[in-house]
Amino acid sequence: MTTAAVFFEARNVTKRFGGLTALSSVDFALESGIASIIGPNGAGKTTLFNIFTGLYPCDEGAVTFKGRSLVGLRPDQITALGVCRTFQNIRLFANMTAIENVLVGMHARVTLGLWNVLAHTSRFRHTEPRLQARAEALLERVGLRAHANDVARNLAYGSQRRLELARALASEPSLLLLDEPTAGMTQGEAVALMRLLRDLVTDLGIAIVLIEHNMRVVMEVSDRVTVLDHGEKIAEGTPREVQTSTKVIEAYLGTRARERQPRAAR
Amino acid sequence: MDYQLLVDIFPQVLLDGIILGFMYALIALGYTMVYGVLEFINFAHSEIFIVGAFVGVEILLSLKGAGLLEALPWPLVLVLILAAGMAGSAALAVSVERIAYRPLRQAPRLIPLISAIGVSFFLQDLIRLVESVWRNAFNLVYPTLDVLNERFELTSTLDVSVKSLVVIVAALAMLWALHAIVNRTKVGTAIRAVAEDQAAASLMGINVNRIISLTFLIGGAMGGAAGVLFGVQYGLINPYSGFIPGLKAFTAAVLGGIGNIPGAMIGGIVLGLLEAFAASYLSLLTGGAFGAEYKDIFAFSVLILILIFRPKGLLGEVVRERA
Amino acid sequence: MIYSVLAAAVVALSAWAVATFPRSVLVFLLFQGSLLFTYVAPIPAWLRAVLFAVALLVLMPVIGYYNGYYLEVATQVGIFVALALGLNIVVGLAGLLDLGYVAFFAVGAYTWAIFGSPHANQIFGGGAFPLAPGWFYLFLLVGLFVAAGTGLLLGLPVLRLHGDYLAIVTLGFGEVIRVLANNLDKPINITNGPKGITPISRPPMPFGLPTSEAFYFLVLVIVAVVIVVNRRLEDSHIGRAWEAIREDQLAAQAMGVPLVRTKLLAFACGASFAGVMGVVFSAKQVFINPESFTFLESIGVLAMVILGGMGSIPGAVIGATVVTVLNLQVLKGLSLWLNELKNAGVTVLGYSLTNLPTQLEPAKYERMIFGVILILMMIFRPQGIFPVRRRARELGRQE
Repeated sequence: MTTAAVFFEARNVTKRFGGLTALSSVDFALESGIASIIGPNGAGKTTLFNIFTGLYPCDEGAVTFKGRSLVGLRPDQITALGVCRTFQNIRLFANMTAIENVLVGMHARVTLGLWNVLAHTSRFRHTEPRLQARAEALLERVGLRAHANDVARNLAYGSQRRLELARALASEPSLLLLDEPTAGMTQGEAVALMRLLRDLVTDLGIAIVLIEHNMRVVMEVSDRVTVLDHGEKIAEGTPREVQTSTKVIEAYLGTRARERQPRAAR
Repeated sequence: MDYQLLVDIFPQVLLDGIILGFMYALIALGYTMVYGVLEFINFAHSEIFIVGAFVGVEILLSLKGAGLLEALPWPLVLVLILAAGMAGSAALAVSVERIAYRPLRQAPRLIPLISAIGVSFFLQDLIRLVESVWRNAFNLVYPTLDVLNERFELTSTLDVSVKSLVVIVAALAMLWALHAIVNRTKVGTAIRAVAEDQAAASLMGINVNRIISLTFLIGGAMGGAAGVLFGVQYGLINPYSGFIPGLKAFTAAVLGGIGNIPGAMIGGIVLGLLEAFAASYLSLLTGGAFGAEYKDIFAFSVLILILIFRPKGLLGEVVRERA
Repeated sequence: MIYSVLAAAVVALSAWAVATFPRSVLVFLLFQGSLLFTYVAPIPAWLRAVLFAVALLVLMPVIGYYNGYYLEVATQVGIFVALALGLNIVVGLAGLLDLGYVAFFAVGAYTWAIFGSPHANQIFGGGAFPLAPGWFYLFLLVGLFVAAGTGLLLGLPVLRLHGDYLAIVTLGFGEVIRVLANNLDKPINITNGPKGITPISRPPMPFGLPTSEAFYFLVLVIVAVVIVVNRRLEDSHIGRAWEAIREDQLAAQAMGVPLVRTKLLAFACGASFAGVMGVVFSAKQVFINPESFTFLESIGVLAMVILGGMGSIPGAVIGATVVTVLNLQVLKGLSLWLNELKNAGVTVLGYSLTNLPTQLEPAKYERMIFGVILILMMIFRPQGIFPVRRRARELGRQE
């Protein structure tokens, strides 16, 4: 099966916060498949995601998606175009149920208006059940269908992470940005999640960008890895190439580690 | 347009504005200090302010009833009611914090705010209840001291009453005292530390709860002083008199930059001046169509404009770093 | 089974009791208590519906025949229920603390007051006004849209503000409306200032019903519509978007919810209910002035929503009922009772009640009631007496 080509490109992205330069001339592009962004804490990875999704604008640079510039767009507009994200610290709608969380994710795709809702027009009566069915299907896919009516804040941590994924998928994205999706998971859960992501790429044709610290996961699932350090891109390539790059090892472990057998850390 | 009239009233309006401004500044300090340490609008501060006025009037009325009011030297009386008003308001502020706010410190922001609104309403009617029982009246008039009403001319268009001078001097003294406390004492430094980063402050050995209580105490005392001065200056108070000045003082605090203590002082004075000028000139300029009745809307408009165009205020916010 | 019998019995008995003792406030409270019991008792839904229908459509008007004041109370309760449901959308669902909600009520009221009374002649000259009373029904819609428009106007500049500031600014806005109502009698006399506007036309009522019964039923119908509208909004992508904004507006936006548009919609919808009821209010009272639209009323409606449970429709209904009854009946009843005791020269523990200060009138202590409600609810039960129960959605069959 061919995966649809997703043309996402960020060029020369620079972001400063007061005197601190968080990102400096970062280039990043993705056609399809799964790419990972790694780097020590504070490297600017989440900042990059925030810029991609419109949380704040970059000071310099350009971000285009399917030929459209994303610079200056609001986050909800960007989501409507097909780019959706999850958060490093889980940001679910805590007091709403799992299925309600997923239903909210579909907001950008719902074309009903106020009148449809107030008058319960036939369009409304056809659409709502379909939304419900889709939401259930998404929960099924991430293995949470049994918890559909559980309030989000009562779910186990790993389930919450998967719910966030389902919610992001609800917006029918072509590009998914996942910020540390396996944080706090056991190795088994992480591997299962990665398998799920691979399936999503194959079945839905979406492209995925991961921010990750779990190196085993990164190396196994990524088609390509980009390394950031102190706001700059210091390496990019296949997992193997990046693993053996001296610059990367230095960034993570310091100069001394370079002398030892090169091995991905953490 | 009678330009001469506009010029003639200018000095008087200026003076009125400054007096009003000092009062707003004193009240605004209570709002800004509490917001600085807790990021929370103490809605009940308007009642803490007016309680000071009521404590003052009760003492004056008691003295008058005992025939002592004329006998004692008036500076002593003034200092007495100021001290009592400050003490009463401070005590009330600390109690309110303990009872209605502390249990809610971990709750989402909306909840303590609603509780504060509840406290504000409760206190209004509590004052009414107490005064109704004690004095069978709750619209109270400050007994006048004749000496305070003496006026003397400064210029051909400006005369000042002793009362106004007293208010100005007292307000300046309070503001100076606060400045000294916050910037030159250990306690003041602790307050500023807690305002900046509560977690770090507690790791440095500062008892955060105590400092928060102290903040309420100081802010309440300032409000109480403002209450007494308000009563002295304007003469007539009732349990609901605190609401509008409180709202305006909050506007002043935002105007200067919420959490910013010098900002509250500046904001208070600026707002007082703006209001005095609006009250006096609006009617003259619009030929009577819109007069002093609109001065309240004026303050609210200032608030809305500030929050839209310069939400950090004139001197910038001083609030906690968000994680 | 036993509950069903009990519920029906309690409703019937208390209604009979009110008819027999029309002057006893306690007995009327008993009747209301029976309705509450019917709501919470585990009885079949059809029986609950029947009991409520009978109680509201038949028993209540009959009670009103014995004591007209009770019907008045019921009508007032209905008005405030609609207001509480409107504020519930803004505060409960969307989480936007609006402290100036009464402004929308005032806007609706003045809209009909101006055109439904001779006052408009002062604005437009001539003698074309008041409009024929039948226009009232059209003005229900006019009031709705005018209030919704005011909501949009208020919302636009303030929606980027966060929680605390939004509250203060909406409070200021409410005050602005009050000051305007008080002072817009010059240069053009729009509101007639503190003197208020009167006489306001009452609409012609179908079936030739007497006025108080007619208004009671009108309010009942509007409240029913408001409840249905609320339910539909709640159970739609709009309602879910509002709740998402309340929970985490950053995440909501990241999931595709357009913040400004959605919040404005909440404001407008909430305001529209107040606008409609404002029109009804002015026609019912025949006379309105700025005194009816103060901060006290805004906080009163807020207390109703908080007491009942933020975001909960039954909560808003019950909260509105409890608070209105507290003010109109309990406090007033206390005042009257205290006066009776005073006049009878009763002594308590050696203290003669005739010595009680004359300024002490329990009926005036609404603020204390609201204040206590808000404080206690926030500390002990912030989710309200009847919190939202997240309805379990029925899941379809697996593919």
